Amino acid sequence: MRYWFPFPLLTLGLLVMWIVMTRSASTANLLLGILLSVPAAWAMVNLEPLKSRVRGPGAMVRLAGNVVTDLTLSNMKVARSILRSLRRPPRSGFATVHLTLKDENGLALLACILTATPGTAWLSFDRRSGTLLLHILDLDDSEDWPTIIRDRYEKPLLEIFR
Amino acid sequence: MTGIADLPVWAAIIVCLLVLAGSLFSLIGAIGMVRLPEFYQRLHAPGLATSGAVILVCLGSGLCFALLEGRWIVHEVLIIIFTVLTTPITLMLLGKASLYRDRTEGNDVPAKTVPGPSIADAAANRLPELPTE
Repeated sequence: MRYWFPFPLLTLGLLVMWIVMTRSASTANLLLGILLSVPAAWAMVNLEPLKSRVRGPGAMVRLAGNVVTDLTLSNMKVARSILRSLRRPPRSGFATVHLTLKDENGLALLACILTATPGTAWLSFDRRSGTLLLHILDLDDSEDWPTIIRDRYEKPLLEIFR
Repeated sequence: MTGIADLPVWAAIIVCLLVLAGSLFSLIGAIGMVRLPEFYQRLHAPGLATSGAVILVCLGSGLCFALLEGRWIVHEVLIIIFTVLTTPITLMLLGKASLYRDRTEGNDVPAKTVPGPSIADAAANRLPELPTE
């Protein structure tokens, strides 16, 4: 059973997604969905995904709140910076952040968050020293990026991926 | 397929505003792509299109078709999720490639090996954290 269905939840999720997206639950469509979702799980075996235990619903809500707020604000801030750059270019620069977060999936989520909030670009991460190099579009003296990232994102992520 | 005229006025206004705001973000991102002077600055411009613009246009589309056809907004939610999940890959590849080139050419970018926390970072951020650990 495990041999044929290595990731049962993933297979089931893909099948449900297929049926909901095509909006038809006929036998033919169901078969086509199985034909697509079962081999997808076999492909996943070769990717050797790391399993992380996820916990702390409070931290998840806090993180989601932070992300939604920052997403809205940063989009408007970057739009303003770009429009202002027509007259003079923004003062941008690099920032290094030292992360204690080690979990691969947690780091992947952090990369998604930093990319989804424009104005911060993830450039490189050194796994050994835990150093993250970022590029900041508009460096504002009032903002301390290492502290923002540690307090707003890394702390809840450390609670979730313990 | 129901006509777009069946949409109630209040919904039409909200959908219009969402889609227009999304398009505006996309346009500003495109302007930034053309006008920003440095490569690293231009990395941020498409971020407007892949976060703000995608979310706003998808919200507008979801609201419109949820009211017109009474269907779930699964498509729009999936578009947002997959865009957010896949953008970092491209961005990291571009950033790393550029960083590698700049380091090889000896341009003014941060060096590769940072042995431990830098002094400025350590003084500003690392020390106050110690008592909590």
